[in-house]
Amino acid sequence: MILVAQLIVSFIASSAFTILFNVPKRALLQCGLVGMLSWVIYLLLEDFGPVVASLSASAFVGILSLIFAKIYKMPVIIFSVAGIIPLVPGGLSYDAMRKFMENDYNAAVQLAAKVFLISGAIAMGLILSEVLNQMLRRARQGR
Amino acid sequence: MEQNPAASEPNHNISAEAVTDLCLLAGKIMLQSGAETYRVEDTMARIANSLGRPRPHSYITPTGIMFQSDSEASSKLIGISERTTDLQKVTAVNLISRQLSAGDIDLEGAREALMDIDKAAHAFPTWLLITAASIASACFMIMFKGGWDDFLPSLISGGIGYSAVIYFQQLVRVKFFSELFASFLIGLVSLMLVRAGIGSSLDKIIIGSVMPLVPGLLITNAVRDLMAGHLVSGLARGAEAFLTAFAIGTGIAVVFLFF
Repeated sequence: MILVAQLIVSFIASSAFTILFNVPKRALLQCGLVGMLSWVIYLLLEDFGPVVASLSASAFVGILSLIFAKIYKMPVIIFSVAGIIPLVPGGLSYDAMRKFMENDYNAAVQLAAKVFLISGAIAMGLILSEVLNQMLRRARQGR
Repeated sequence: MEQNPAASEPNHNISAEAVTDLCLLAGKIMLQSGAETYRVEDTMARIANSLGRPRPHSYITPTGIMFQSDSEASSKLIGISERTTDLQKVTAVNLISRQLSAGDIDLEGAREALMDIDKAAHAFPTWLLITAASIASACFMIMFKGGWDDFLPSLISGGIGYSAVIYFQQLVRVKFFSELFASFLIGLVSLMLVRAGIGSSLDKIIIGSVMPLVPGLLITNAVRDLMAGHLVSGLARGAEAFLTAFAIGTGIAVVFLFF
């Protein structure tokens, strides 16, 4: 039941967010779908830690966006943005800022390092899928 | 000076200047709309190639582009002062570069189409943006494991925060201050709502409401630029993202300091 609620909420959040980025209207539903799937993967893998979960989710987002970009003939960034929106460590960076303010620098630096690692993992996942795509394309051309 | 025309000789029916101008216009629109640096580079090269310039050179930073359509032509510079995220424009420019490569439109047609894109306003009306921001805020609050009783307060403060960003941006024209004021307002509104008994968990409400302002796209684009070897753009975008995050954090911090 909670998972169903999370599914619906992440779908709505991703497509509402892509409106702010002025995504073409015909891509809104697909963007919501990418965001929802990425959030599901993140939730399922959360037990392995946020870095692993973010990395796998964003790698999946990268692959899915490449496929969608090819099907709908639109730039990859439209779909990958929608996918990484739920993964962005907004809550953690807020906590880090809050700890800085409370003069609890030890906790703050720990949280900030975590934020840095997670955003690095998100970018790594996206790049991983792009590298994979390029390798596939080169292999196909080499044949 | 052109004594030795190479095998892949530039197409002299089209002046190098016109090609450079077209590429710079396309690059400017894309960079202003939040495309990644390598995509801007790639698109400009494609446009130049399709107009018979096989070896263009470009140097791209978030604040300006230098472009040379081939090694004998003169290079040109274009400065960029405003950057937003507008993926509709990125898609439109992408489509034009595809059409140019396929030969569906010529240089003049492409130039007119790009001018239209450059002038086009945001496709969605402001009220829809604010509604979307407040719905997204409330949904994010749920995703961060907040309770349903906080749904309404984060809907309200998220909407107020995003409209504040739009309003202050027109008023002060400095992104840092509009984000600072907006997050201050978010903190204040959330605090008042919780004090008034509407909503229970202040942290969750603030996190959800702040999400439409968080520079998530900027951060990931910065890291991708860095890894693709665009070191200058990566660092510059990182600095921009850091400034935004700092503005949001400070705005919320001020609320907690005073109340």
